[in-house]
Amino acid sequence: MGIIELKQVSLSFEEQQILFELSMDFWEGHIHAVVGPNGAGKSTLAHTIMGLPDYRSHTGDILFAGKSIKELSIDERAKLGITLAWQEPARFNGIKVREFIRRAGDKSRGTKSPEEVLNMVGLDPGRYLDRDVDTTLSGGERKRIELASIVAMHPKVVLMDEPDSGVDIDAIQSIFDVLEWLKEHGTTVIMITHSGEVLKHADHAFLLCNGALVDKGTVEQLSSYFERKCVPCTHKNVPDEEALV
Amino acid sequence: MSNQSAIDRLLSTINMHSHSFDEGTAHVEIHGNQVLNTTLVEGLKVESQETSRGVDVDILVEAGTVIEQPVYFCFGMLENGLQHIRMNVRFGAKAKAHFISHCSFSNATEVEHIMDADIHLEPGAEYRYFERHVHSMDSGIKVIPKAKVQLEESSRFATEFELIKGRVGLIDIDYEAECGPHSVLELLSRISGRQDDVIKIREAGKLSGEYSRGVLTSNIAVRDRAQALIQNELTATAAGAVGHVDCNEIVQDEAQAKAIPIVDVRHPKAHVTHEAAIGSVDSKQLQTLMSRGLSEDEAVEMIIQGLLRK
Ligand SMILES: Nc1ncnc2c1ncn2[C@@H]1O[C@H](COP(=O)(O)OP(=O)(O)OP(=O)(O)O)[C@@H](O)[C@H]1O
Ligand SMILES: [Mg+2]
Repeated sequence: MGIIELKQVSLSFEEQQILFELSMDFWEGHIHAVVGPNGAGKSTLAHTIMGLPDYRSHTGDILFAGKSIKELSIDERAKLGITLAWQEPARFNGIKVREFIRRAGDKSRGTKSPEEVLNMVGLDPGRYLDRDVDTTLSGGERKRIELASIVAMHPKVVLMDEPDSGVDIDAIQSIFDVLEWLKEHGTTVIMITHSGEVLKHADHAFLLCNGALVDKGTVEQLSSYFERKCVPCTHKNVPDEEALV
Repeated sequence: MSNQSAIDRLLSTINMHSHSFDEGTAHVEIHGNQVLNTTLVEGLKVESQETSRGVDVDILVEAGTVIEQPVYFCFGMLENGLQHIRMNVRFGAKAKAHFISHCSFSNATEVEHIMDADIHLEPGAEYRYFERHVHSMDSGIKVIPKAKVQLEESSRFATEFELIKGRVGLIDIDYEAECGPHSVLELLSRISGRQDDVIKIREAGKLSGEYSRGVLTSNIAVRDRAQALIQNELTATAAGAVGHVDCNEIVQDEAQAKAIPIVDVRHPKAHVTHEAAIGSVDSKQLQTLMSRGLSEDEAVEMIIQGLLRK
């Protein structure tokens, strides 16, 4: 049993179906990668698990530790320990980095100070704590602050939507450090990525295409996706219980 | 009541005391139509005349004077009534100062505070003005600030108007500024309205000097049945003039907000932009904070406080 389980989750926006009967198991304490081409439905999957209002109309069920969370709002899911690091994080007027990180920690079991978590993502606290989490931050800085706030929260499950996108080569090591830390501290990571490098840090991976799950297995198995440069596929999700680990 | 105790009573409403000021810090306290105190520094001249309705004040910062410490003004009415302040402010060439003004109506229920300011900045002068209002929770307060500002070459005028404590009542701001070459105008207001408060802001900047710059920003939050009307206008008529009108209004409950930005450009080498975001709290901001475990109400409050702090 996974800490998060999807049972036949489908989602449509108006006429268009975006997710097709996704059944997935995310095992506790593991790093799971979700890969697939642009528009495959990866972010949609993350938003659906987090329970964002536009994504609540899905069919099927989502379980956390064996219990359905389908009817729970975002904050109720967050109180269970589920959180989301956004592909493009929000910008806030007049909210300081210090306050943004601290509020994430206050509401959960996190114990690390804003200083400590900024150091972990390779940002100098002296330069960042008193800045606003607004448009004056670069894209990469904002992404790293998002990760810092996740560490401060110390969630049970984190959905990370492309943690590496927009982050430079030098800083990418700090993302790996964060992944390492989360794993060591029992957090289940569901990480969306387009990078073969980042995928290597996962224990297990899923391949999505056109909203359907087309493959899953070890990182080695799935990394051929990056070598083949998968073209948009026409796969339909036909769950094959035995073939799938 | 002695002058000293009147001063302390007034200052206590803004959590200050006459001992709050360092030696060498200029400060002026005006209660109703009485000038309670005028403490000045070199290069700063303040002359005041009590009238039946308020006070006429002439302020001069002499050319070349740079006042490092902020200059504090406190205007207040501890009882009901009218306070009409006529202010004539002149900064000589290259004079530089930062004024912090507190307007305290924290005990009164029926007050009308009218401010008519005429501000003239000579070339290279820099005037930063911060005005904080502290009101009671009664609705009977009317604040009507009007200002005409003349910025000569390379001068700079930056104001910040804050009314986030207590009820607004009615506020009706009307500022006009004429900007000479290479001058910089920055007007910012942060106001929070509730119940049946009414917020009206009209700010007009004329960017008539070459390479003059203007930024008009209004950050407003209204809830309950409060109403806000923001009319900000920048007219650019010279080469290199650059301006931006920015209006952020968060609307909750049955409150209403309207923004009418006017951008008028009459020179091919001028450039003025405007941006208005009016409505409920931004959903991505809200969802981000909720995904960190804040309840919807806590998240909304944090976003509004951020906007009003900015
Ligand atoms: N709120 C929405 N309304 C309508 N269509 C949507 C909505 N959100 C996503 N989609 C559509 O769903 C599909 C999947 O989008 P999604 O953002 O999940 O892709 P993705 O796999 O994360 O892609 P990328 O790698 O580019 O981030 C796209 O075709 C997108 O246009
Ligand atoms: Mg995506």
